[in-house]
Amino acid sequence: MPSPLLALALSLAFSQAAHAATPASPETTSSQSRIEALEARIQALEANAELMRKQAEAATLALEATRVEMEAMKSSPLADTQAASAEAAGEPLVAAAPESANGNAFNPAITLILNGSYSGHSLDPDGYQRSGFPLVGEGAPSAKGFSLGESELSFAANIDDKFYGQLTLAVGSADGDTELGIEEAFVDATGLPAGMALRLGRFFSNIGYLNSHHAHSDKFFDRPLPYQAFLGNQYGDDGVQLRWVAPTDLFIEVGAELFRGQNYPSGGAANSGAGVRTLFAHAGGDVGIENEWLAGISILDSRSEGSEDGFVGDSRLYIADGTWKWAPGGNFKDGGVTFRAEYFLDDRDGDFVDPEDSSTTQAWKGTRRGAYVESVYRINRSWETGYRYDRLWADSHGPLASDFDPVRHSVMLSWLNSEFSLVRLQYSHDRPNEDDTDNAITLQYQMNLGAHGAHKF
Amino acid sequence: MKTLLATATLALALTASTAQAKLRVFACEPEWGSLLQELGGEQIDIDVATSALQDVHQIEAKPSLIAKVRRADLTVCSGADLETGWLPQLVRQSGNSKIAGGDGAFFAANQVTTLQKPTRLDRAAGDVHPQGNPHVQMDPYRLLVVAKALNARLAKLDPANAALYQQRLAAFSARWMAATKRWEAKAAPLKGRNIVVHHDSWIYLTQWLGMKQIGALEPKPGVPPTSGHLAALVQSTKASNTLAIVRGAYQDAKASEWLSSRTGAPTVSLPFTVGGDPTSKDLFGMFDSTIDKLLGAAK
Repeated sequence: MPSPLLALALSLAFSQAAHAATPASPETTSSQSRIEALEARIQALEANAELMRKQAEAATLALEATRVEMEAMKSSPLADTQAASAEAAGEPLVAAAPESANGNAFNPAITLILNGSYSGHSLDPDGYQRSGFPLVGEGAPSAKGFSLGESELSFAANIDDKFYGQLTLAVGSADGDTELGIEEAFVDATGLPAGMALRLGRFFSNIGYLNSHHAHSDKFFDRPLPYQAFLGNQYGDDGVQLRWVAPTDLFIEVGAELFRGQNYPSGGAANSGAGVRTLFAHAGGDVGIENEWLAGISILDSRSEGSEDGFVGDSRLYIADGTWKWAPGGNFKDGGVTFRAEYFLDDRDGDFVDPEDSSTTQAWKGTRRGAYVESVYRINRSWETGYRYDRLWADSHGPLASDFDPVRHSVMLSWLNSEFSLVRLQYSHDRPNEDDTDNAITLQYQMNLGAHGAHKF
Repeated sequence: MKTLLATATLALALTASTAQAKLRVFACEPEWGSLLQELGGEQIDIDVATSALQDVHQIEAKPSLIAKVRRADLTVCSGADLETGWLPQLVRQSGNSKIAGGDGAFFAANQVTTLQKPTRLDRAAGDVHPQGNPHVQMDPYRLLVVAKALNARLAKLDPANAALYQQRLAAFSARWMAATKRWEAKAAPLKGRNIVVHHDSWIYLTQWLGMKQIGALEPKPGVPPTSGHLAALVQSTKASNTLAIVRGAYQDAKASEWLSSRTGAPTVSLPFTVGGDPTSKDLFGMFDSTIDKLLGAAK
């Protein structure tokens, strides 16, 4: 396109120059002809420039026409719905194709729980002794003063159409050292038929009610005494879980787990690293629109080669749990009452080997029990308050025999600014042994950053 | 042994065939339950998870819902993160792979363009929805687009009844378009009028009727009204010749009544979804009631 136009311009210029070259007088001829030649060249260049401008204009117009045409083509599939909505808004109603994904679009959902507390104790936590129940796992009272408690970082995502994965890291501090631990790291097989679910990796057992719940969804600052005494706060280990939900109107869930048996109440990874077996069953439903309930029974069987409390042998733990929630209109975030109770029975058959002096051995056969009841009143969307009574029944004979049964009362008040933040004040009156009383007051904050968590019932 | 096996196989086949006879659909909200009733009628079994008196932003992943999701062939929900606090938990707890994604999960907000997509994502701005406002049921045109997409999904999951679904959609569309024209004619006096809302959930309605939302009782979405914010709202409500202070049936009346007593603007409790008041027995009733109540405030 430009070359013939250029040729035209050049030929025009040359023809004018040739015309101007006709001379008049010899003196003026050379200068005049030079001027005329220059004028001709200027005219030729001007013509050339004009042509180029017109050409550029034409090209721009053509480009604009193509763009308009493309727009029309793009929007044509929406034509019928747009016609329907012409009166509505004058904008397309049908969702456009998703925007092209960048490299981060498939990153796992990240949730960060920031937790911190200040606790005052009337009894020094270092001198704290619980009659008939040695302190195990993370079941000791909170440290005095300021503490980070446990902050959590959790990553979760669907891996593909058949698997879901989750990693939860817990950052805690003990004696001034910051510790990073893997709280949970598991994979769920989601593609199994008929309501089956398989979980592999490290995870919290589904026994009882509280055990599978992360501490940040608890209603109280610390776990109830039976959890502290019988599960070291919360039992999690490396293993496998198979769960089945029945296709019934009533919610029925049954499952079994096999764990390594490294952590309390087990120890030493007996049975070639499969020392703990569990069975659990939960059922639940609604009563009208304002009441919900969930109940369950669980068994944890452990073969231990040396638990934290010095136990070697076979033990069985039975847990019964029940939860009842009532809320006006079924709006549980705006008001209502939650009532929960769990009962523990711990049955041991083995030996006590003193963890500090392994030459001291004594038969350990017997049962111990524990229970708690709690009631939480949701005042409105911003406030809730609750009371918890928990106690333990010690063994009357054997290596940990005690005539005294530890008992504790706790009350709490929480302020929830939004779904993502809360500040909690808790007072507890604890009698861990016959001689001591611990009055503890705790102020705690708990913040949820990042992905919107969906909590279990 | 052989007869036992044969009986067992027969029993299995029977249960399998009865299970396949009807499509089982789990609707997160009553409006989608009602739409499914229009589109599927007797051909589908519908479980509705929530009632009009519940705040669907804040539902618990309760056992009865897990049991319902467990048996569903399809879930129909608003989407745009409205159910993010409970639906993913239900899906994971139920162990039902059919509705974990793909064709078994239908989200209304994914079928239409949403409004109020935030340009900046920050929880300091309240409970914002990155994918836009999820309450799309309040625009009859968007609802029709959702109906068409849902019909296609039903036909895909249950091809044996595709013709029937198509027939029901055609009947529904005709009735819906006629009703929409009727509502628009009736609602003409509402055009250009100002309202104050409780929660930011009426954008589709106000845009459709040409109304204007001049303020919200919640200072930020999901944050309860505060007295300081309410005091400022009194001035703007008074100054704007406000038609009404609008709240959903599930919302607490206290804040809107307070504002009404200070400004003289009447309060209106709109159904927001099917079942929100006695007139709202289905989607048609929901819009009838919505328009009537707004017109009642205009008198």
